[in-house]
Amino acid sequence: MLESNKDSAKLDAMKRIVGMIAKGRNASELFPAVVKNVASKNIEIKKLVYVYLVRYAEEQQDLALLSISTFQRALKDPNQLIRASALRVLSSIRVPIIVPIMMLAIKDASADLSPYVRKNAAHAIQKLYSLDPEQKEMLIEVIEKLLKDKSTLVAGSVVMAFEEVCPERIDLIHKNYRKLCNLLVDVEEWGQVVIIHMLTRYARTQFVSPWKEDGGAEDSEKNFYESDDEQREGTERRKKPYAMDPDHRLLIRNTKPLLQSRNAAVVMAVAQLYWHISPKSEAGVISKSLVRLLRSNREVQYIVLQNIATMSIQRKGMFEPYLKSFYVRSTDPTMIKTLKLEILTNLANEANVSTLLREFQTYVRSQDKQFAAATIQTVGRCASSISEVSDSCLSGLVCLLSSRDEVVVAESVVVIKKLLQMRPAQHGEIIKHMAKLLDSITVPVARASILWLIGENCERVPKIAPDVLRKMAKSFTSEDDLVKLQILNLGAKLYLTNSKQTKLLTQYILNLGKYDQNYDIRDRTRFIRQLIVPNEKSGALSKYAKKIFLAQKPAPLLESPFKDRDHFQLGTLSHTLNTKAAGYLELSNWPEVAPDPSVRNVEVVELTKEWTPAGKAKKENPAKKFYSESEEEEDSSDSSSESESESGSESEEEADSSEDSSASSPNEQEGESASESEGRSKRTAKKSWKTRAKSDSEDEEKENEKSKSSDSSSAESSSAEGSSSDAESESESDSGPDSRKVTKEKEGRPKQARSTLPKDVSLLDLDDFNSVSTPVALPTPVLSPSLRADLEGLNLSTTSSVINVSSPVFVPMKTHVLLHRMSGKGLAAHYFFPRQPCIFGAKMVSVQITLNNTTDQKIENIHVGEKKLPAGMQMHAFSPVDSLEPEGSVTVSMGIDFCDSTQTASFQLCTKDDCFSVNIQPPVGELLLPVAMSEKDFKKEQGMLTGMNETSALIVATPQDFTPSVILQKVVNVANVGAVPSGQDHLHS
Amino acid sequence: MIHSLFLINSSGDIFLEKHWKSVVSRSVCDYFFEAQERATEAENVPPVIPTPHHYLLSVYRHKIFFVAVIQTEVPPLFVIEFLHRVVDTFQDYFGVCSEPVIKDNVVVVYEVLEEMLDNGFPLATESNILKELIKPPTILRTVVNTITGSTNVGDQLPTGQLSVVPWRRTGVKYTNNEAYFDVIEEIDAIIDKSGSTITAEIQGVIDACVKLTGMPDLTLSFMNPRLLDDVSFHPCVRFKRWESERILSFIPPDGNFRLLSYHVSAQNLVAIPVYVKHSISFRDSSALGRFEITVGPKQTMGKTIEGVLVSSQMPKGVLNMSLTPSQGTHTFDPVTKMLSWDVGKINPQKLPSLKGTMSLQAGAPKPDENPTVNLQFKIQQLAISGLKVNRLDMYGEKYKPFKGIKYMTKAGKFQVRT
Repeated sequence: MLESNKDSAKLDAMKRIVGMIAKGRNASELFPAVVKNVASKNIEIKKLVYVYLVRYAEEQQDLALLSISTFQRALKDPNQLIRASALRVLSSIRVPIIVPIMMLAIKDASADLSPYVRKNAAHAIQKLYSLDPEQKEMLIEVIEKLLKDKSTLVAGSVVMAFEEVCPERIDLIHKNYRKLCNLLVDVEEWGQVVIIHMLTRYARTQFVSPWKEDGGAEDSEKNFYESDDEQREGTERRKKPYAMDPDHRLLIRNTKPLLQSRNAAVVMAVAQLYWHISPKSEAGVISKSLVRLLRSNREVQYIVLQNIATMSIQRKGMFEPYLKSFYVRSTDPTMIKTLKLEILTNLANEANVSTLLREFQTYVRSQDKQFAAATIQTVGRCASSISEVSDSCLSGLVCLLSSRDEVVVAESVVVIKKLLQMRPAQHGEIIKHMAKLLDSITVPVARASILWLIGENCERVPKIAPDVLRKMAKSFTSEDDLVKLQILNLGAKLYLTNSKQTKLLTQYILNLGKYDQNYDIRDRTRFIRQLIVPNEKSGALSKYAKKIFLAQKPAPLLESPFKDRDHFQLGTLSHTLNTKAAGYLELSNWPEVAPDPSVRNVEVVELTKEWTPAGKAKKENPAKKFYSESEEEEDSSDSSSESESESGSESEEEADSSEDSSASSPNEQEGESASESEGRSKRTAKKSWKTRAKSDSEDEEKENEKSKSSDSSSAESSSAEGSSSDAESESESDSGPDSRKVTKEKEGRPKQARSTLPKDVSLLDLDDFNSVSTPVALPTPVLSPSLRADLEGLNLSTTSSVINVSSPVFVPMKTHVLLHRMSGKGLAAHYFFPRQPCIFGAKMVSVQITLNNTTDQKIENIHVGEKKLPAGMQMHAFSPVDSLEPEGSVTVSMGIDFCDSTQTASFQLCTKDDCFSVNIQPPVGELLLPVAMSEKDFKKEQGMLTGMNETSALIVATPQDFTPSVILQKVVNVANVGAVPSGQDHLHS
Repeated sequence: MIHSLFLINSSGDIFLEKHWKSVVSRSVCDYFFEAQERATEAENVPPVIPTPHHYLLSVYRHKIFFVAVIQTEVPPLFVIEFLHRVVDTFQDYFGVCSEPVIKDNVVVVYEVLEEMLDNGFPLATESNILKELIKPPTILRTVVNTITGSTNVGDQLPTGQLSVVPWRRTGVKYTNNEAYFDVIEEIDAIIDKSGSTITAEIQGVIDACVKLTGMPDLTLSFMNPRLLDDVSFHPCVRFKRWESERILSFIPPDGNFRLLSYHVSAQNLVAIPVYVKHSISFRDSSALGRFEITVGPKQTMGKTIEGVLVSSQMPKGVLNMSLTPSQGTHTFDPVTKMLSWDVGKINPQKLPSLKGTMSLQAGAPKPDENPTVNLQFKIQQLAISGLKVNRLDMYGEKYKPFKGIKYMTKAGKFQVRT
């Protein structure tokens, strides 16, 4: 039929063939006939041929080559979907000969204009890799290229390829990290799962742990590294003593909405991300979503419950509010029931254990006996972990001993045995009760447990034990091996403690054991006999027999089976199986010190713009401006005209910033028009603000619309003007001597411009500074006043400002004891930091010491004796005090250079008769010097502080005190700092 | 990722196999059969089974096991969720997902599977896109196809996949434009012996059937959105709008879809609309037990309770039951020991009851647990949580759509312990 001319006949034939394939029957002998149809016009036939081809090409490699040319032709098709499907099938044919062709096709496709084709290229990468791993290097190049892709369509697939081909090349992610975080919400759900898993691993290698509560010192270098970003984080970060990397925060924040996904895999992926990389205080948000997943199918429940079980061991509090969601229903499958039980046990604490135990009572009576047995074990675990209820648990378990169901009784016996072993208090009654049960119970484990228990406690039940042994001796031959071993043990123990009554019995049992079928039992018998029965040859060991048999045995620990799973990444197959699955990528531990965070910055040019003064100047503008701008992200072509929609003063600053950026980025081409560079810098800014802007976008949109419409007419004219001046500045930068003329021209222009439109100033100024950045000397006298002001601004921000020491804002009167009067034989010394510049040296901190004489005699010649200072430290001693009258006091001052450290300065305080060792340790706050500077300078300095020590102190502020002045007061209380006049409503101190 | 897929029926036959990478021999399923044998019930087959070289992940739905074979580490939920999506798609395509239907439509199934996964990684899972690629078989189309020789493979290409709203087809046209929303709430509850509630929570969904022309942009607002404790959305819902304004704003997919599912937590006291009075007793001496059950309304807010179905798994010792219902019909299966009683509507004046005796196995000890009673019921025109839709607005299109909202309350996992 395949040879038929009619499409319908061919189609029918193909359908039958596919039916055969589906059933798993071999249809490979039809290969030549089918391949002929690969070029069929009919789409359905074509598709079915593809299905066939992909299935059998591996087996019929030579014939498969016949079809290749068709695909090669299709790869050039103008329709993107045909290109994509051709690539898909071509890469699915697993024929090693065509590897070069595939490689070529992938390379072409990865540069395709259509994101859909690029997506398929990403898929093809994995296929080619599995076919020929030697292509790895080439494929990594393609992956690198595709990772840069900005389409959401591609992101998921390429990360998948990355994970498959080169998961170790984490360096490829750096540059794309922020982009991936921002795109994440829009990627299709399957891609989200893959990306989130990859980013979790990435975060674990690139950020420091947010879990250390007091990790201030080692994270300090990151604290200041990007002032811009810090700003973005706003207040939420400032509350915490630990400063999280902003990129780290970005990831956590951007994944949060995905908890609302309908796809369980996505929710689980986010949950594991939060579990593994977010601060512990924030991980709580995932519990609600995970509990929601419990409503879904049994398989999803199973996996989710497993993960919750692992989580609930470590952080009980997370799931405690949802305790009731884990109550078992009689219709749940057994595996779900036991998992729920496991979680309930993990969640049990003093507060809820009584409710839980009541719930367990219902479970114990369940018809599902396996589950009932599991419940009994659970009760045992509760009893062992929560001591308050252990007695009631025990009595409850003893009640169960009278249950009619054998499984329940047996399990209870085993659990009681474990519990009793843990608390070897007087439980003679229970043991006696259990000894009676021996007649009725048949389950070997339970019988063995009872025997063991009696053996262990044989001294407490001296009457019953021999009797039990007698009974057992009678039934020895019919017992299970497990029980037999315990009978032997019991016999041995009794022989040692009560040989008078049991000697014969034991020997009888040993004789029976000697001829048992099981060699284990024969061995044990021989061993025991040698050990306990005294004979002439008995070795040294028999002396210790009693010690060996009746030693204190450590109680077994009743632990959760999920205890050891936490070293696997949650939500992975390995975690579910509790073994390492093939291809499992270990989640690394947090690095001690974070790797360089700047690697994630995008593009060198943008980088400087983002993080150098450009960013800083931007900050000073009211944040609103960014919001409104970022709205218009799509039409970046408008960006230049849009800049004019700002008010005059703002755009001046704006100009400032882009000047700085263009000055500080030498890689930028000088020929580039100024307005363009401005636009670009703005775009970068937009990018960085995008995330935050989104949230407010609704309100801002209207505002922006309004301002745009009002300004649009003026904007056009000004932008035209701007571009004309661009041309000028370009030419001027080449010809130095001309510059005078040009600037003159400009001098006139701003005035004219200002009369009509204040915005023009910024544009023109910008041009000027473009020329400044080129080595052209601009004669200052000719500059217009506005220009000069701008120049000054530029100077200020590039050269380091002079340090003006300001007077302390506040001097605390708190004094510290240097020498107590008791240890100082009546001489008392107190010191405090007056926060004055030290007169002895610029680097020294002044310390005032008040000496008191509490004796009734004169103390003479008080001076500083031997100094024991750490290296580098210097001290200027106070001048000796000749004599101090009784009840008199004198204040002296000295200077100590603490080398900016909090090391202790030790020295001896000597009087005429005695020497006292004293030491001064300065609080960090006292080592500082308040400096007067503008906010702008402050920001700059802050930016330069990267790598310096940061110290933090906790300031307790009640909520009603939350005004700047109060906080300021509290801050200056602990540290000698000054307040920076700030335009924003938060404090830099 | 996903290497191969096997479909296995309840009698243990592999009736369909599909491979996305190189072929995996079907003998790999032997491990699955082993596990199936060990687990007495189909429900207890573990979803993840490790074998020496592969891992088998399975879901069990409609009496069919969907077994995916994977070779390397992959998030298990990823595979499981995907398999469920496959089943949903089949259901969407063929109405029911059963062995004969799949066998009949094996070619379509194969084509769909081919599109859903590429090299084991999900490619197109949105049913709107798939339907554009491969048209679902209808009787009319089969007739037309046989006559004209045209195919059920879409000749247009999946443009939806390329658009910003991948869940919606382009060029949708209807003469009657309508949008229906069903607010369905399910009560999950455990009631203890004495009639007091142990746990109760409400799980709700809003299912939509939207047949609107063009690219409509809808907003749906609630009177009391604060009720919703935890929500999950269809990807079309704009999350930011919800965060800031508690409004559902979305461009809907075409046809049926689940817009939202939500959870009303146990903190808000859940009204339980029914009560069950029961007295089930086994006596030690005699081989007879007494059985009596009465169902009555409680907190129904004036609505009638319909579709009541009481079912209970009796203990193994029960041989047979002779019962008389005051209304409805009852059956007892002596093999599975399943009692079910189809009550129908509850009339508050004359409460339905089921009375009678159970005959127990002679000599066997009396069962220590009384059976739990599972309840199903329906209440029309009521959302038990009190959730109310305020209004539905449409933007972006000119015409006036027909809008409708329906409320319903159902029993979810509603158990009464006796």
